[in-house]
Amino acid sequence: MSKAFIEIEGLKKYFDLGNHRILKAVNDVSFSIQKGETLGLVGESGCGKSTAGRTIIRLYEPTAGSISIDGADVAKLSKSKLKAYRSKMQMVFQDPYASLNPRMTVLDIVGEALDIHGLAGSKAGRKRRVEELLEMVGLNAEHASRYPHEFSGGQRQRIGITRALAVNPQFMICDEPISALDVSIQAQIINLLIDLQKKMGLTYLFIAHDLSMVKYMSDRVAVMYLGKIVEMARSEDLYSNPQHPYTRALLSAIPVPDPDVEENKERIVLKGDLPSPVSPPSGCPFRTRCPLATEKCAAEVPLFRETRPNHYAACHYA
Amino acid sequence: MKSTQAAKKKLLDVQNLSVSFDVYAGEVQAIRDVSFQIEEGEAVAIVGESGSGKSVTAQTIMRLIQMPPGRIKNGKVLLDGQDLLALSEKEMQKVRGNKIGMIFQDPMTSLNPTMTVGKQIMEGLLQHQKLSANEAKERVIELLRLVGIPNPETRLKQYPHQFSGGMRQRVVIAIALACNPSLLIADEPTTALDVTIQAQILNLMKELQQKMNTSIILITHDLGIVADICDRVIVMYAGQVVETGTKREIFNNPQHPYTKGLLKSLPRLDQAKDEPLIPIFGTPPDLIKPPQGCGFCDRCDEAMRVCETEVPDYTILSDTQSVRCWLQHPYAKQAGSSGSKEASV
Repeated sequence: MSKAFIEIEGLKKYFDLGNHRILKAVNDVSFSIQKGETLGLVGESGCGKSTAGRTIIRLYEPTAGSISIDGADVAKLSKSKLKAYRSKMQMVFQDPYASLNPRMTVLDIVGEALDIHGLAGSKAGRKRRVEELLEMVGLNAEHASRYPHEFSGGQRQRIGITRALAVNPQFMICDEPISALDVSIQAQIINLLIDLQKKMGLTYLFIAHDLSMVKYMSDRVAVMYLGKIVEMARSEDLYSNPQHPYTRALLSAIPVPDPDVEENKERIVLKGDLPSPVSPPSGCPFRTRCPLATEKCAAEVPLFRETRPNHYAACHYA
Repeated sequence: MKSTQAAKKKLLDVQNLSVSFDVYAGEVQAIRDVSFQIEEGEAVAIVGESGSGKSVTAQTIMRLIQMPPGRIKNGKVLLDGQDLLALSEKEMQKVRGNKIGMIFQDPMTSLNPTMTVGKQIMEGLLQHQKLSANEAKERVIELLRLVGIPNPETRLKQYPHQFSGGMRQRVVIAIALACNPSLLIADEPTTALDVTIQAQILNLMKELQQKMNTSIILITHDLGIVADICDRVIVMYAGQVVETGTKREIFNNPQHPYTKGLLKSLPRLDQAKDEPLIPIFGTPPDLIKPPQGCGFCDRCDEAMRVCETEVPDYTILSDTQSVRCWLQHPYAKQAGSSGSKEASV
């Protein structure tokens, strides 16, 4: 795993809640992504997956750890130096209704990115580039003069993707890019993302909770629980041979749109809720809900180790 | 949940229901000529994308549509033979929460933050049943235990903010079940919850349905949930019912191009990455100006000329499956078998 395109090492993001309470949203996360690869990041709400994405792109200041993109550590760069790297990494947000400024035309929403990075050139050149980008994502050049409210959810998400693409990024973080969209539209966006990846050699960090979509999209998948990665493997391995009891429960909990599978499935229903990340359990974070938990799990933090070739899990019994 | 005996009693009969909303831009025809039946003890899913009219259908059954701007243009909603649309508001209040219970999507906003959980469950009980305060309290404890909330005696004195999302949804279910309703309408009951919590709630609903023989209308866009807990499926598109059938008919033998498209646009767990998803192109029509013909016509690969001008009628395919599509018309089948299908695309 040497010289990966993206290398995240010991990343931590703590939020100080006051009264000496510290929320450890991302707690010592490490992974790497090769160029042109898609890493899926899954977990329940509150597990820290979105915070991890936002910290990597430096929307949040990391508490500790290193973030290296193409060999350069961006974790400690100052704001002004960071700008050069911003064009390498871009983000597609979850809610296409909230992430576009309603008072700007599409031309300005996408053009703003060009302006900031000085890629626009002349006014006519800026317009031409925006129109070219719009056509690349399956919209029309005429759409440039319209406002966000004139578009449907799927089209808005295409505009969000256009804005991210405008600065020729190499790495894109997609934070739940389809969860606000209708089922019949989701496939359009997923196909577009895969298409763009093939054409432009993009590297993706794909954050989602829809496990069947993540499996389809990703080469490798990492599962997060309470701020830590508990399992990571190639997506086929993870789905066919999950090692961590949490992954097993998560996989069995997803209803599959096939009555034959559903009726014969042995569902592992976890008891209770996600513990608070302010006071996580001692030892293994999952032990309070784990059907296999023993005394050892309360005493010792399980190591994140290779349990099978290229398959990592943090469980004493994996 | 198995669909067992054939001759079950019809509980709910929705006939030719049309509801519109008068807004500034014109008349939004939210549902158009919707008919379906629910039998006793069966779980039926209504699926469709946002704006397809599934929630409006549920709210019309409960008479929760605000009028104006809403307007019930036509149709009947018969519950045990009684037309709910003809009842006065006072009579309707005896039905709501008593004969029909409702579970809403978001447990964070459907509970009153200023009332204890026990009081909120008791409210319906005292309204509909002649119980003393003590009897009502006993019943609340029993209900909380039924929906799997530990320490009900202390929990009933707590406020909603002291409960997690999954626990709050259990409270909402307890409220809906308080008076043993014969019909339970669940509008996206697990959309706001995480998958592991969703599994708990779905298990609970299945268990309760078996125990109490309640009919369930489950509104959802998640076909996985449908495959998990429903007996029958109603597919809605652009304000109309386009296909109905048993779960197996819909998943294994869908006949409407929209239903087929919906199933194909979902990735299967065994789908390879180089095998692309097949999306449905385009977007649903604007219901201020609903299409003259079939609502799905613009997005349909197999649309013919007749689809643009005439709304298709239901074609009965089996005792349980019917579909609203011109391709099922005997003439289209003749044309299709003589090989002219390509010409009509």
